[in-house]
Amino acid sequence: MYNNILNLLPYKSSFRFVDNILLLDDNGVKGEYTLKEDAFFYEDHFVGNPVTPGVIITEIMAQIGLVVLGIHIIVSGKETDGVVMDSDSFPLLTATDVSFFKMVLPGEKVTVTSKKQYFRFGKLKCLIEMHNEASELIAKGIFSGIIKNAVKA
Amino acid sequence: MDRNAILNELKKVLTPYTENKELLNGITEETDLIKDLKINSANLVDIIIDAESAYNIEIDFDSAEKMYLVGNCIDVILDKMNQSA
Repeated sequence: MYNNILNLLPYKSSFRFVDNILLLDDNGVKGEYTLKEDAFFYEDHFVGNPVTPGVIITEIMAQIGLVVLGIHIIVSGKETDGVVMDSDSFPLLTATDVSFFKMVLPGEKVTVTSKKQYFRFGKLKCLIEMHNEASELIAKGIFSGIIKNAVKA
Repeated sequence: MDRNAILNELKKVLTPYTENKELLNGITEETDLIKDLKINSANLVDIIIDAESAYNIEIDFDSAEKMYLVGNCIDVILDKMNQSA
């Protein structure tokens, strides 16, 4: 019921790391992604021993936790804070502080939950966690980002 | 509270977001937060939020847009403090 928002994501094919949105409101989001066994990064990271790179874990957390939530907040228009999306708008990560607790292997399904700390002057800051199917914590961190080229409402 | 007192308080607010702390010693009302202090533009939002709690004020979108020089920040903070007084 929340997956309409996925059509608004600017990522395509090999760099879209969101499958399904389970919960979404102005204060947070929960979504999931299953790592594809044939993803481009496993061939070289590492040779004969595929492990999901930390940057990809970070990207999955940012796409679900910041970008999906940020676009929702902006398009829902309840808390616009003076900014709206435009045709050449795109999201930019401005800061992350993440800790990693467990590895993620090819084919694993991960769940990302994000809680908004604030959305002000076009900047969204969230506390984001990732868990595996056994509900074990994979990674946790503070993320913030902006929508570039958003126009003033 | 006069402008000098606010400038000194503002220095504390800016400290965590200024990579080179020595730059803070020479700040004046003409200091540009991004150009002179090399503050990451995305952190201006955090500075505004920290200033709001430091001075117990609320800063709106239009005022926030003016806050690029230290002097402008002091203007906005004084203006909001007078409004809430």
